[in-house]
Amino acid sequence: MNAKVLEIENLTVSFDGFKALNQLNFSLDEGELRVIIGPNGAGKTTFLDVITGKVQPTVGQVRFKGKNLRSLSEDQISRSGIGRKFQTPRVYLKLTPRENLEISCSRSKNVFAALFQPIPAAERRTVAGLLETIDLTAKADLPAELLSHGEKQRLEIGMLVAQAPDLLLVDEPVAGLTDEETEAVGDLLLALAESHSIVVIEHDMEFVRQIARQVTVLHQGTVLCEGSMSEVQTDPRVIEVYLGHQEEE
Amino acid sequence: MSIEIIPDGKGKGKNRKPLLIEAGIVAAIAVIVLFVLPPIFTGLGAGFQIGLLGRFMALAIAALGIDLIWGYTGMLSLGHGLFVALGGYALAMYLQLQIPAGQIPDFFQLYGVSELPTFWQPFYSFPFTIVAIFAIPMLVGGILGYLVFRNRIRGVYFSILTQAALIVFFNFFNGQQKLINGTNGLKTDTTTIFGAQVGSPPVQAVFYGLTVILLVAAYALCRWLTSGRLGRMLVAIRDDEPRVRFSGYNPTGYKVLVFAVSAGLAGIAGALYTVQSGIITPAQMNIAPSIEIVIWVAVGGRASLVGAILGALLVNFAKSTLSAQFPEVWLFFQGALFLAVVTLLPSGIVGWLRTEGIQNLRSLLGLRQPVATYPSLETDPEVKYERQSVGNRESDG
Repeated sequence: MNAKVLEIENLTVSFDGFKALNQLNFSLDEGELRVIIGPNGAGKTTFLDVITGKVQPTVGQVRFKGKNLRSLSEDQISRSGIGRKFQTPRVYLKLTPRENLEISCSRSKNVFAALFQPIPAAERRTVAGLLETIDLTAKADLPAELLSHGEKQRLEIGMLVAQAPDLLLVDEPVAGLTDEETEAVGDLLLALAESHSIVVIEHDMEFVRQIARQVTVLHQGTVLCEGSMSEVQTDPRVIEVYLGHQEEE
Repeated sequence: MSIEIIPDGKGKGKNRKPLLIEAGIVAAIAVIVLFVLPPIFTGLGAGFQIGLLGRFMALAIAALGIDLIWGYTGMLSLGHGLFVALGGYALAMYLQLQIPAGQIPDFFQLYGVSELPTFWQPFYSFPFTIVAIFAIPMLVGGILGYLVFRNRIRGVYFSILTQAALIVFFNFFNGQQKLINGTNGLKTDTTTIFGAQVGSPPVQAVFYGLTVILLVAAYALCRWLTSGRLGRMLVAIRDDEPRVRFSGYNPTGYKVLVFAVSAGLAGIAGALYTVQSGIITPAQMNIAPSIEIVIWVAVGGRASLVGAILGALLVNFAKSTLSAQFPEVWLFFQGALFLAVVTLLPSGIVGWLRTEGIQNLRSLLGLRQPVATYPSLETDPEVKYERQSVGNRESDG
């Protein structure tokens, strides 16, 4: 049995009495790629917010590699090895893709390093390689605000990789992408899964079929069921709350 | 594809050249302002304009500080007059103490104080004073900034807090006659420095020169801070601070640093302005002077260092010209100016020059207009390459 990279026990998050997450239990093995699906309002994004420190749990705890994350701030959690990609691409619009990647890639994150240390040659090479991977070399020195939506998505995934985290949390990576781009992102995630633990939140069922090994279904802030894609798809509870509902449309 | 990435070594050499040209231009302007303008204006019998220019250049240093935190880092401080005043008071206290040993400044007698308050003592020392001019504002700014930024207070709440801090200091300085002469402030023009009267023309000329040099130094400092890695971090913090945390950075240190540097610049500006205008009073810590600094930067152009300096000089000369002739109109004019800038030139004069200004200039000169396209097309290297190769083909045929 692999070591657990992420363990969540009995997690409840309530906003003014509304329980966005309710007694949620979840664990992720090292090197695992897990897809989380669930209808709108199931608590998927809140789930990521708790892991990354944006929201504090009301009850329960999140342990990353055995360490409780409760008292840590977002930046400490990020430095300890959890990277997050947001639902809508959040890149620094006034900076170029190269600068965006350099900011994420940099290992020395305090203000004096930023003042006095030049960017190490190794980081420059990593960034150049990443630009190649996400196919933005030709636009590396344009302001990121001029990139298309798909290019921004790719850039943000690149930023996530540049951070070299052990655990990647990816929120709807293919929203608004063309079919080819979706497939490219899927391949990229599968390649990354060889050396990272990844949690992907996604709505696009085609995409989920492409990448999913293990699927967790969230519903009303708690885990409805877990299993392989085919198990999940045949589970009557899932069909009722989610898949069935979609097929009706 | 024939687009190649420029190797690092070459890229650096290319970057250095514009920097050298910029340094050359700045040095040339500094030399003109130092040695050419004063004799011309004095010759025309308008020597007082040089005095004004000196004062306004001092204020431009404070504008640079505001641009650093507002234009580049997105923190709108409405309380920078506080730091200007702290710098001004530091130097004024030193000057007040340039009197025969055993005496204390005259104003103390008005309030029946016979002994110098303890906190005045260090200001006997010239080196201490020089350091205090920027270090005290930096310290106050640093502490205030740390408390505010650590608690993630941002945006409007930050602006309101800076103004609240300003009013606290204003009330203190305004009320403490026995400590700091209260609302009357401290006069500097009749005091002496190294045996010469501060208000006399030769000493004023020295301060004028010093202002030019320190303005250039402040410009260089801001240029260094806003380029390179730190500059990018500041822009990243301005545009999406929460995102910066998820990239593993704690923005607090960055914000405290630039806020403290900005306060230090304002302190230097305050000291230079005080000795050239002859007095520092708590009125400097009123709300209006702090907001004026923000207006200069907005008029000149946010996130442009040249814009901040230009804005400070233009608005202040407009103010001195207009308020001399129509004293009652100036305030309306200032309000109208701010409205006009916000609605018509949201990126200020320099921002406008960079975009539409160039086009308008071309049409004035009868030059061909560049065809308007999407900005992404304009800068797309592939499109550029195509354009070039198409051009070549035409010249071939």
